[in-house]
Amino acid sequence: MDESIYLDEARDPLIIAEGWMKEGKDVAIATVVETWGSAPRPVGSHLVIDAEGNFHGSVSGGCVEGAVVTEAIDVIGSGKARMLEFGVADETAWQVGLSCGGRIKVYVERLG
Amino acid sequence: MDPYVLKTLNEERRSRRAAVLVTDLGDGRDRIVREGDPVAGDLGTAITNAFRTGNSRSVEAEGRTFFLNAHLPRPRLVVIGAVHISQALAPMARIAGYPVEIIDPRTAFATPERFPDVTLHAEWPEDVLKRAPLDSYTALAAVTHDPKIDDFALKAALDARCFYVGALGSRKTHAKRVERLLALGAGADQIARIHAPIGLDIGAASPAEIAVAVLAQTIHAFRSRGLEAKGAVA
Repeated sequence: MDESIYLDEARDPLIIAEGWMKEGKDVAIATVVETWGSAPRPVGSHLVIDAEGNFHGSVSGGCVEGAVVTEAIDVIGSGKARMLEFGVADETAWQVGLSCGGRIKVYVERLG
Repeated sequence: MDPYVLKTLNEERRSRRAAVLVTDLGDGRDRIVREGDPVAGDLGTAITNAFRTGNSRSVEAEGRTFFLNAHLPRPRLVVIGAVHISQALAPMARIAGYPVEIIDPRTAFATPERFPDVTLHAEWPEDVLKRAPLDSYTALAAVTHDPKIDDFALKAALDARCFYVGALGSRKTHAKRVERLLALGAGADQIARIHAPIGLDIGAASPAEIAVAVLAQTIHAFRSRGLEAKGAVA
Protein backbone atom coordinates (compact mmCIF):
# COMPACT_ATOMS: atom_id res chain seq x y z
CA MET A 1 0.00 0.00 0.00
CA ASP A 2 1.46 3.38 -0.97
CA GLU A 3 1.52 5.37 2.25
CA SER A 4 3.12 8.58 1.09
CA ILE A 5 1.07 11.75 1.21
CA TYR A 6 3.63 13.54 -0.94
CA LEU A 7 4.52 13.11 -4.61
CA ASP A 8 7.07 10.48 -5.47
CA GLU A 9 9.09 12.96 -7.53
CA ALA A 10 11.52 10.35 -8.83
CA ARG A 11 8.74 8.30 -10.41
CA ASP A 12 5.92 10.75 -11.07
CA PRO A 13 5.44 10.96 -14.86
CA LEU A 14 4.30 14.60 -14.92
CA ILE A 15 7.24 15.70 -12.75
CA ILE A 16 9.60 13.79 -15.04
CA ALA A 17 8.00 15.40 -18.12
CA GLU A 18 8.59 18.84 -16.61
CA GLY A 19 12.21 17.91 -15.89
CA TRP A 20 12.74 16.77 -19.49
CA MET A 21 11.19 19.97 -20.78
CA LYS A 22 13.63 22.02 -18.66
CA GLU A 23 16.50 20.01 -20.16
CA GLY A 24 15.30 21.12 -23.59
CA LYS A 25 13.92 17.73 -24.66
CA ASP A 26 10.85 17.23 -26.83
CA VAL A 27 8.19 15.42 -24.85
CA ALA A 28 4.84 13.72 -25.47
CA ILE A 29 2.28 12.95 -22.79
CA ALA A 30 -0.10 9.98 -23.13
CA THR A 31 -3.18 9.84 -20.91
CA VAL A 32 -5.78 7.12 -20.38
CA VAL A 33 -9.03 9.00 -21.06
CA GLU A 34 -11.50 6.13 -21.11
CA THR A 35 -11.64 2.48 -20.07
CA TRP A 36 -14.18 -0.31 -20.63
CA GLY A 37 -14.24 -3.59 -18.79
CA SER A 38 -11.20 -4.63 -16.86
CA ALA A 39 -8.38 -2.21 -17.54
CA PRO A 40 -5.02 -2.38 -15.81
CA ARG A 41 -4.55 1.35 -15.22
CA PRO A 42 -7.25 3.83 -14.20
CA VAL A 43 -8.49 6.77 -16.24
CA GLY A 44 -6.07 9.67 -15.81
CA SER A 45 -2.91 7.52 -15.79
CA HIS A 46 0.06 8.90 -17.73
CA LEU A 47 2.93 7.67 -19.83
CA VAL A 48 5.47 10.33 -20.76
CA ILE A 49 7.80 9.86 -23.71
CA ASP A 50 10.77 11.77 -25.11
CA ALA A 51 11.87 11.94 -28.75
CA GLU A 52 14.45 9.16 -28.21
CA GLY A 53 11.76 6.80 -27.00
CA ASN A 54 12.60 6.98 -23.28
CA PHE A 55 9.46 6.69 -21.20
CA HIS A 56 8.13 6.76 -17.64
CA GLY A 57 4.78 5.82 -16.12
CA SER A 58 2.22 3.49 -17.67
CA VAL A 59 -1.13 3.42 -19.45
CA SER A 60 -1.55 -0.36 -19.20
CA GLY A 61 0.23 -3.19 -17.48
CA GLY A 62 2.92 -3.11 -20.16
CA CYS A 63 0.67 -4.49 -22.93
CA VAL A 64 0.44 -1.44 -25.18
CA GLU A 65 3.25 0.85 -24.01
CA GLY A 66 5.43 -0.08 -26.97
CA ALA A 67 2.78 0.99 -29.47
CA VAL A 68 2.06 4.19 -27.54
CA VAL A 69 5.76 5.11 -27.54
CA THR A 70 5.93 4.65 -31.33
CA GLU A 71 2.87 6.83 -31.83
CA ALA A 72 4.19 9.40 -29.36
CA ILE A 73 7.40 9.85 -31.33
CA ASP A 74 5.25 10.65 -34.40
CA VAL A 75 3.19 13.08 -32.35
CA ILE A 76 6.37 14.84 -31.17
CA GLY A 77 7.36 15.21 -34.83
CA SER A 78 4.03 16.43 -36.15
CA GLY A 79 2.72 18.30 -33.11
CA LYS A 80 -0.72 16.85 -33.83
CA ALA A 81 -2.44 15.04 -30.96
CA ARG A 82 -3.86 11.54 -31.54
CA MET A 83 -6.47 9.36 -29.91
CA LEU A 84 -5.49 5.70 -29.72
CA GLU A 85 -7.75 2.81 -28.88
CA PHE A 86 -6.66 -0.62 -27.69
CA GLY A 87 -8.67 -3.71 -26.96
CA VAL A 88 -8.69 -7.44 -27.39
CA ALA A 89 -11.65 -7.54 -29.75
CA ASP A 90 -10.65 -4.41 -31.54
CA GLU A 91 -11.04 -4.70 -35.28
CA THR A 92 -9.05 -1.59 -36.10
CA ALA A 93 -5.52 -1.80 -37.35
CA TRP A 94 -3.94 -2.08 -33.92
CA GLN A 95 -1.87 -5.19 -33.60
CA VAL A 96 -1.38 -4.99 -29.88
CA GLY A 97 -4.11 -5.58 -27.36
CA LEU A 98 -4.89 -5.97 -23.72
CA SER A 99 -4.71 -9.55 -22.53
CA CYS A 100 -7.08 -8.72 -19.68
CA GLY A 101 -9.96 -8.30 -22.12
CA GLY A 102 -10.57 -4.64 -21.43
CA ARG A 103 -10.42 -1.68 -23.79
CA ILE A 104 -8.72 1.65 -23.29
CA LYS A 105 -8.57 4.97 -25.07
CA VAL A 106 -5.30 6.86 -24.86
CA TYR A 107 -4.85 10.51 -25.80
CA VAL A 108 -1.33 11.36 -26.96
CA GLU A 109 -0.27 14.99 -27.17
CA ARG A 110 2.96 16.92 -27.49
CA LEU A 111 4.13 19.08 -24.62
CA GLY A 112 4.33 22.60 -26.05
CA MET B 1 -0.24 20.16 -23.23
CA ASP B 2 0.76 23.70 -22.56
CA PRO B 3 4.17 23.80 -20.80
CA TYR B 4 3.00 26.51 -18.44
CA VAL B 5 -0.08 24.46 -17.57
CA LEU B 6 2.13 21.46 -16.75
CA LYS B 7 4.39 23.62 -14.56
CA THR B 8 1.41 25.08 -12.71
CA LEU B 9 -0.22 21.68 -12.30
CA ASN B 10 2.96 20.22 -10.79
CA GLU B 11 3.26 23.19 -8.42
CA GLU B 12 -0.27 22.57 -7.18
CA ARG B 13 0.36 18.86 -6.76
CA ARG B 14 3.65 19.45 -4.90
CA SER B 15 1.85 21.85 -2.53
CA ARG B 16 -0.95 19.35 -1.80
CA ARG B 17 -3.60 21.53 -3.46
CA ALA B 18 -6.37 20.00 -5.56
CA ALA B 19 -6.56 20.81 -9.28
CA VAL B 20 -8.51 19.55 -12.28
CA LEU B 21 -6.80 19.67 -15.66
CA VAL B 22 -9.42 20.30 -18.33
CA THR B 23 -8.40 19.26 -21.85
CA ASP B 24 -10.55 19.92 -24.91
CA LEU B 25 -10.05 16.66 -26.80
CA GLY B 26 -11.12 18.37 -30.03
CA ASP B 27 -8.42 21.03 -30.25
CA GLY B 28 -6.05 19.97 -27.44
CA ARG B 29 -6.35 23.22 -25.51
CA ASP B 30 -6.03 22.81 -21.77
CA ARG B 31 -6.39 24.77 -18.58
CA ILE B 32 -6.20 24.29 -14.84
CA VAL B 33 -9.19 24.72 -12.56
CA ARG B 34 -8.54 25.06 -8.83
CA GLU B 35 -10.99 24.01 -6.17
CA GLY B 36 -13.63 26.71 -5.78
CA ASP B 37 -12.95 28.40 -9.15
CA PRO B 38 -16.34 29.11 -10.68
CA VAL B 39 -17.08 27.27 -13.95
CA ALA B 40 -20.55 27.61 -15.46
CA GLY B 41 -22.88 25.03 -16.94
CA ASP B 42 -22.58 21.27 -17.36
CA LEU B 43 -18.80 21.49 -17.45
CA GLY B 44 -18.85 23.25 -14.07
CA THR B 45 -21.05 20.54 -12.57
CA ALA B 46 -18.75 17.83 -13.91
CA ILE B 47 -15.71 19.64 -12.51
CA THR B 48 -17.32 19.98 -9.07
CA ASN B 49 -18.02 16.27 -9.16
CA ALA B 50 -14.41 15.52 -10.13
CA PHE B 51 -13.14 17.49 -7.13
CA ARG B 52 -15.50 15.65 -4.80
CA THR B 53 -14.89 12.11 -6.03
CA GLY B 54 -11.36 12.40 -7.34
CA ASN B 55 -12.49 10.48 -10.44
CA SER B 56 -11.10 11.50 -13.82
CA ARG B 57 -13.34 11.15 -16.89
CA SER B 58 -14.40 12.43 -20.29
CA VAL B 59 -17.50 14.61 -20.45
CA GLU B 60 -19.64 16.07 -23.22
CA ALA B 61 -20.47 19.73 -22.65
CA GLU B 62 -21.20 22.71 -24.90
CA GLY B 63 -21.07 20.36 -27.89
CA ARG B 64 -17.46 19.45 -27.18
CA THR B 65 -15.65 16.58 -25.48
CA PHE B 66 -13.49 17.47 -22.52
CA PHE B 67 -11.23 15.25 -20.48
CA LEU B 68 -11.15 16.10 -16.78
CA ASN B 69 -8.10 14.80 -14.95
CA ALA B 70 -8.65 15.19 -11.21
CA HIS B 71 -5.49 15.62 -9.18
CA LEU B 72 -6.42 15.41 -5.53
CA PRO B 73 -3.87 15.33 -2.74
CA ARG B 74 -3.94 12.13 -0.75
CA PRO B 75 -6.12 12.68 2.33
CA ARG B 76 -4.49 11.96 5.67
CA LEU B 77 -5.49 11.83 9.30
CA VAL B 78 -3.55 13.52 12.08
CA VAL B 79 -4.43 12.25 15.54
CA ILE B 80 -3.53 14.27 18.61
CA GLY B 81 -3.12 11.73 21.39
CA ALA B 82 -1.37 8.36 21.49
CA VAL B 83 -4.24 6.80 23.43
CA HIS B 84 -6.25 3.60 23.31
CA ILE B 85 -8.65 4.94 20.63
CA SER B 86 -5.69 5.87 18.43
CA GLN B 87 -4.27 2.35 18.66
CA ALA B 88 -7.43 1.07 16.95
CA LEU B 89 -7.90 4.09 14.69
CA ALA B 90 -4.42 4.02 13.11
CA PRO B 91 -4.63 0.58 11.42
CA MET B 92 -8.30 1.01 10.45
CA ALA B 93 -7.71 4.41 8.84
CA ARG B 94 -4.69 3.14 6.97
CA ILE B 95 -6.70 0.27 5.50
CA ALA B 96 -9.42 2.74 4.47
CA GLY B 97 -6.80 4.77 2.56
CA TYR B 98 -6.08 7.52 5.07
CA PRO B 99 -2.47 7.39 6.25
CA VAL B 100 -2.20 8.35 9.92
CA GLU B 101 0.22 10.45 11.94
CA ILE B 102 0.01 10.52 15.70
CA ILE B 103 1.26 13.39 17.83
CA ASP B 104 1.57 13.20 21.61
CA PRO B 105 4.29 14.85 23.72
CA ARG B 106 3.78 12.31 26.50
CA THR B 107 6.60 9.89 25.84
CA ALA B 108 5.00 7.19 27.98
CA PHE B 109 2.06 7.11 25.54
CA ALA B 110 3.83 7.72 22.25
CA THR B 111 5.96 4.60 22.04
CA PRO B 112 6.69 2.49 18.97
CA GLU B 113 5.72 -0.61 20.98
CA ARG B 114 2.18 0.73 21.39
CA PHE B 115 2.08 2.03 17.79
CA PRO B 116 3.96 -0.25 15.41
CA ASP B 117 4.01 0.86 11.76
CA VAL B 118 2.58 4.32 12.50
CA THR B 119 4.25 7.68 11.98
CA LEU B 120 4.58 8.79 15.58
CA HIS B 121 5.76 12.14 16.94
CA ALA B 122 6.53 12.21 20.69
CA GLU B 123 6.52 16.00 20.59
CA TRP B 124 4.21 18.95 21.14
CA PRO B 125 1.77 19.62 18.27
CA GLU B 126 3.19 23.17 18.05
CA ASP B 127 6.58 21.78 17.01
CA VAL B 128 5.35 19.06 14.64
CA LEU B 129 2.81 21.26 12.83
CA LYS B 130 5.44 23.95 12.28
CA ARG B 131 7.44 21.41 10.26
CA ALA B 132 4.51 19.68 8.54
CA PRO B 133 1.58 22.10 8.42
CA LEU B 134 -2.03 20.97 8.26
CA ASP B 135 -3.99 21.57 5.06
CA SER B 136 -7.48 21.15 3.63
CA TYR B 137 -6.77 17.51 2.68
CA THR B 138 -5.94 16.67 6.28
CA ALA B 139 -8.35 15.50 8.96
CA LEU B 140 -7.55 16.18 12.60
CA ALA B 141 -8.89 14.24 15.55
CA ALA B 142 -7.95 15.50 19.01
CA VAL B 143 -8.41 12.74 21.56
CA THR B 144 -6.15 13.51 24.55
CA HIS B 145 -8.78 15.32 26.68
CA ASP B 146 -5.92 17.61 27.69
CA PRO B 147 -6.36 21.27 26.67
CA LYS B 148 -2.61 21.85 26.85
CA ILE B 149 -2.14 19.31 24.05
CA ASP B 150 -5.42 19.51 22.08
CA ASP B 151 -6.24 23.21 21.93
CA PHE B 152 -3.35 24.48 19.83
CA ALA B 153 -3.85 21.68 17.30
CA LEU B 154 -7.60 22.33 17.07
CA LYS B 155 -7.05 26.04 16.42
CA ALA B 156 -4.41 25.18 13.79
CA ALA B 157 -6.81 22.71 12.12
CA LEU B 158 -9.56 25.33 11.90
CA ASP B 159 -7.15 27.91 10.48
CA ALA B 160 -5.82 25.42 7.90
CA ARG B 161 -9.40 24.51 6.89
CA CYS B 162 -8.86 20.82 7.58
CA PHE B 163 -11.69 18.88 5.91
CA TYR B 164 -12.52 17.27 9.25
CA VAL B 165 -11.94 18.45 12.80
CA GLY B 166 -13.11 16.29 15.69
CA ALA B 167 -12.53 16.57 19.42
CA LEU B 168 -13.15 13.97 22.10
CA GLY B 169 -15.17 14.99 25.14
CA SER B 170 -18.67 15.39 26.46
CA ARG B 171 -20.89 18.35 25.59
CA LYS B 172 -19.88 19.95 28.90
CA THR B 173 -16.19 19.48 28.16
CA HIS B 174 -16.74 20.91 24.70
CA ALA B 175 -18.54 23.98 26.05
CA LYS B 176 -15.41 24.83 28.06
CA ARG B 177 -13.28 24.12 25.02
CA VAL B 178 -15.35 26.57 22.94
CA GLU B 179 -14.62 29.30 25.51
CA ARG B 180 -10.89 28.60 25.34
CA LEU B 181 -10.84 28.55 21.51
CA LEU B 182 -12.71 31.87 21.40
CA ALA B 183 -10.04 33.26 23.73
CA LEU B 184 -7.38 31.95 21.32
CA GLY B 185 -9.02 34.05 18.59
CA ALA B 186 -11.06 31.41 16.74
CA GLY B 187 -14.35 32.61 15.24
CA ALA B 188 -17.69 31.14 16.31
CA ASP B 189 -18.36 29.89 12.74
CA GLN B 190 -14.96 28.20 12.70
CA ILE B 191 -15.59 26.53 16.04
CA ALA B 192 -18.95 25.27 14.79
CA ARG B 193 -17.03 23.06 12.35
CA ILE B 194 -15.65 20.96 15.20
CA HIS B 195 -17.36 17.59 15.58
CA ALA B 196 -17.87 17.20 19.33
CA PRO B 197 -18.71 14.81 20.84
CA ILE B 198 -16.45 13.10 18.30
CA GLY B 199 -17.60 10.42 15.84
CA LEU B 200 -20.82 9.39 14.11
CA ASP B 201 -23.54 8.51 16.59
CA ILE B 202 -23.46 4.71 16.37
CA GLY B 203 -23.62 4.17 20.11
CA ALA B 204 -19.89 3.41 20.24
CA ALA B 205 -18.76 2.23 23.68
CA SER B 206 -15.29 0.68 23.47
CA PRO B 207 -12.18 2.53 22.24
CA ALA B 208 -12.21 0.47 19.04
CA GLU B 209 -15.88 1.30 18.40
CA ILE B 210 -15.18 4.98 18.96
CA ALA B 211 -12.38 4.63 16.40
CA VAL B 212 -14.90 3.25 13.88
CA ALA B 213 -17.21 6.20 14.57
CA VAL B 214 -14.36 8.69 14.09
CA LEU B 215 -13.20 7.04 10.87
CA ALA B 216 -16.75 6.93 9.48
CA GLN B 217 -17.22 10.62 10.27
CA THR B 218 -13.88 11.44 8.63
CA ILE B 219 -14.85 9.57 5.44
CA HIS B 220 -18.25 11.24 5.39
CA ALA B 221 -16.63 14.66 5.75
CA PHE B 222 -14.20 13.88 2.93
CA ARG B 223 -16.78 12.56 0.50
CA SER B 224 -19.24 15.39 1.11
CA ARG B 225 -16.72 18.23 0.67
CA GLY B 226 -18.35 21.13 -1.15
CA LEU B 227 -21.86 19.74 -0.82
CA GLU B 228 -22.72 21.54 2.45
CA ALA B 229 -23.30 24.81 0.64
CA LYS B 230 -25.95 23.23 -1.57
CA GLY B 231 -27.78 21.71 1.36
CA ALA B 232 -27.23 18.20 0.02
CA VAL B 233 -25.72 17.14 3.33
CA ALA B 234 -27.21 17.91 6.71
